Amino acid sequence: MANALIKADSFYELYERKSGIQDVTHYCPGCGHGVLHKLIAEAIDDFGIRERTILISPVGCSVFAYYYFRVGNIQAAHGRAPAVSTGIKRVHPESIVISYQGDGDLAAIGGNHIIQAANRGENITVFFVNNAIYGMTGGQMAPTTLAGQKTTTSPYGRNVNSEGYPLKVCELLSSLEAPVYIERVALTDPKNTTKVRRAVRKALQNQIDNKGFSLVEVLSVCPSNWKMTPVQSKQWLVDNMIPQFPLGVFRDKTAEIPNRETIRNTFDQSGVREKLEIPANEKQVQYSLQPKMDFANPKLVIAGFGGQGVLILGLGIAQAAMQAGYNVSWLPSYGPEMRGGTANCNVNISRERVGSPLVTKPTVLIAMNLPSLEKFDSKVEANGLIIYDTSLINKQPTRQDVHVLGIPATQMADELGNTRIANMVILGAFIAYTAVLNKEVVFDALPNFIKRKNLLPLNESAIIRGMEYVLNKVTN
Amino acid sequence: MAKQLIKGNEAIVKGAILAGCRFYFGYPITPASEIAEAAAFYLPVVGGTFIQAESESAAINMLYGAASGGVRAMTASSSPGMSLKQEGISYAAGSELPMVIVDVMRGGPGLGNIAPAQADYNQMVKGGGHGGYKMVVLAPNSAQEMCDLTMLAFDVADKYRNPAVILADGFVGQMMEPVEFPEPVMELPKKEWAIQADAQDEFRLVSSIDLEPEELEKHNVHLQQKYAAMEANHVMFEDYQTEDAELVVIGYGVVSRILHSVVDELRGKGVKIGLMRPISLWPFPKNHIIELAARIKRFFVVELSDGQMVDDVRLAVNGKIPVQFYGRYGGVVPSPDEIIAQIMKKNEA
Amino acid sequence: MAEPLKEARVVVREDECKGCGLCIAACPEEVLFEQKHLNRMGYHPAGYKGSGCSGCGYCFYQCPEPGAITVYKKGYVEEEAA
Ligand SMILES: Cc1ncc(C[n+]2csc(CCOP(=O)(O)OP(=O)(O)O)c2C)c(N)n1
Ligand code: SF4
Ligand SMILES: [Mg+2]
Repeated sequence: MANALIKADSFYELYERKSGIQDVTHYCPGCGHGVLHKLIAEAIDDFGIRERTILISPVGCSVFAYYYFRVGNIQAAHGRAPAVSTGIKRVHPESIVISYQGDGDLAAIGGNHIIQAANRGENITVFFVNNAIYGMTGGQMAPTTLAGQKTTTSPYGRNVNSEGYPLKVCELLSSLEAPVYIERVALTDPKNTTKVRRAVRKALQNQIDNKGFSLVEVLSVCPSNWKMTPVQSKQWLVDNMIPQFPLGVFRDKTAEIPNRETIRNTFDQSGVREKLEIPANEKQVQYSLQPKMDFANPKLVIAGFGGQGVLILGLGIAQAAMQAGYNVSWLPSYGPEMRGGTANCNVNISRERVGSPLVTKPTVLIAMNLPSLEKFDSKVEANGLIIYDTSLINKQPTRQDVHVLGIPATQMADELGNTRIANMVILGAFIAYTAVLNKEVVFDALPNFIKRKNLLPLNESAIIRGMEYVLNKVTN
Repeated sequence: MAKQLIKGNEAIVKGAILAGCRFYFGYPITPASEIAEAAAFYLPVVGGTFIQAESESAAINMLYGAASGGVRAMTASSSPGMSLKQEGISYAAGSELPMVIVDVMRGGPGLGNIAPAQADYNQMVKGGGHGGYKMVVLAPNSAQEMCDLTMLAFDVADKYRNPAVILADGFVGQMMEPVEFPEPVMELPKKEWAIQADAQDEFRLVSSIDLEPEELEKHNVHLQQKYAAMEANHVMFEDYQTEDAELVVIGYGVVSRILHSVVDELRGKGVKIGLMRPISLWPFPKNHIIELAARIKRFFVVELSDGQMVDDVRLAVNGKIPVQFYGRYGGVVPSPDEIIAQIMKKNEA
Repeated sequence: MAEPLKEARVVVREDECKGCGLCIAACPEEVLFEQKHLNRMGYHPAGYKGSGCSGCGYCFYQCPEPGAITVYKKGYVEEEAA
């Protein structure tokens, strides 16, 4: 037991970051912030955690808390301290992070941040100074301002019918599952101050033990803005605030939650490529490909209903083309458009550098339903190719200046036992008709875009059927 | 090296992790969500941390906290989310925190739509938050660059202790292209200034506040010197067929890809046209534009917006030659033919 | 080595005192008082009557200034402060 009550070691000896007089704080005479600072600094000393403590200063009168605490200091934007605390604590789990906030900071602008940090059970300690006012900005109404209390922005007294009731943070947060410890205390007489001291220590000890989220709400005086002497302020707090903000423990799971080990972050890049599923360097396989003249550097639009696998079909073509050494791009329709039931994608395959990934003048249209055929039919370049699914489209393309290949893909897929591989039947037809790709490269590519390996043989059969259909048609 | 067919958004995450990033804080929004999803998938595998924040504002502030701790960390979002992040970006610039921020732009204003747009240029390039700060803003136009420029962004951010931005659009984020992933960065730069939960922390402070105007001005002067160094060292652009060009089209992101097709097509018809693509939007390649202006007849700028970058082109050109503009809004992406028609029309005018 | 204190003692660092009066109100022994003169900040600093401090520390925990009040309890040995 220390035999003297002396300025804590966790305060800087001289407040060098402060301008003007550097051995006193910037707080007003009698302000509760200073008292709470002392209780926190003393606890940091006693727990021997100064070197690993990180204090997040809020925006409010305590914005300059970093002038005083001889710890790691971060100054946060108004209300964001719980988010900033989350970030630094996750980076340094071995640190002791203190989020220090006022009522405007925590309960108004930062209301959601404190709820969410509490709900995530962040292993941090929050000291919440409730002085029922915006101190720093000169005494405006806070969310915790009492009913009828006059402030500069509630000059006739807070009207609960239009301004609501004082926000009870402890009550609110104690409805959440995750918080470990929530208590409201008051900086009034020595007896209550002893309770504040105890609560501060408990909230820090919980973090040291990695138990989780602790918050101490400290009712505190603001003599300057309450326009009273410090001594009168304390009485006012007792008479008016405590009845509205009952003191006590709102949550205490300290005993039931076991102490946890601190798991430090380590940085390790070994094996990172494998972990990121980046393909290993393999020798480029040479495929002999002789695309038919009109299809040298095809630009594809592939369209149909969502669920017909048009995106996968495009992806498969792009994947195989990439493996064959082409430059490629694949661009899907995305977002709500897909929810409307239609889907399409644009694929560029080129020996040259790919310009616009957006295909506005396709050389190949693959239409898997009627709306798609009607929509894109006119856009196909002369001498291009339209492949369409005759089992679903009972209309011929209108164009006379393009190659047209109708194929009952869905029906053929059905015969193979799975309607959903109509897209692979079409893939087979596409490669057989254009020779942009061949069976070897497509089969090599298949495992890279069909995730379920047990479906590979079925997909291969579908591709072969599509190819055969075209070859038979051409020879017949 | 083996290539992987991959979405631009996903390439960002892999690039980031290869660059040593281990922390991601974000909030879902189309067309940027794949970045959060890939981060949520891969970061735990490499011993990193992914947090889905309660808002973009929370995300940028978590990032502020993490960056204070000296690690490589990032966030990503799309236009409406970037509006929310501006406060935190200004704080990060003021506090000199390195971080990478990705914006995959969509149509606006307001909720707009999810289609690609470029109307965030002003808010990201000009420093949308309060105060005169600058960030290196890189505009990829392919999945490969989504990876490469993200990696570069981490280096630049650390080098200057400043946020760096990837400004992409819905198409560059959503499209898949082959990417050759570089080797991982094995060792990260030491950050003596960062809060590290050790005995030196009492000498460290991350803060953007200074009540003394004289002092805050000094800090601003220091920032400006830093920005001057960034401006001197990090201009990036790509020229295509500009050597003998009489007309140079300018566009970034997906627009530059479309303009590439425009140039090919018009060159085929004998038009002396070239493309200049700014890769760094800040610092803007203004000296290069001045050089081009001395030897060409006109610039033609295309943007997916009301014309924001074009202001920077005009500032550089300073009235020497005509700077024409064509823009589409609201997520409409013009076709090469449409742009060619505009170029021809403005030629007659 | 100095002798252990035979009696508790409170020291007010006048320069750091903002004259809020909370220590005076809290002292059960009523040995603190408001001084007549002004300090460098223009406040009437608290002072100790010179005897009667019980070492309870109430004033210390009421005072918002980290360094303005020090309380030495009975049995305190000087060197500890070093
Ligand atoms: C975004 C933003 N809005 C408003 C302000 C102005 N402001 C500074 S402090 C403050 C209120 C602080 O009140 P509180 O959190 O109760 O702290 P106190 O000063 O009472 O301790 C406000 C509104 C700001 N700095 N930033
Ligand atoms: S204004 Fe109020 S809260 Fe702020 S320092 Fe003064 S007394 Fe304390
Ligand atoms: Mg307040």
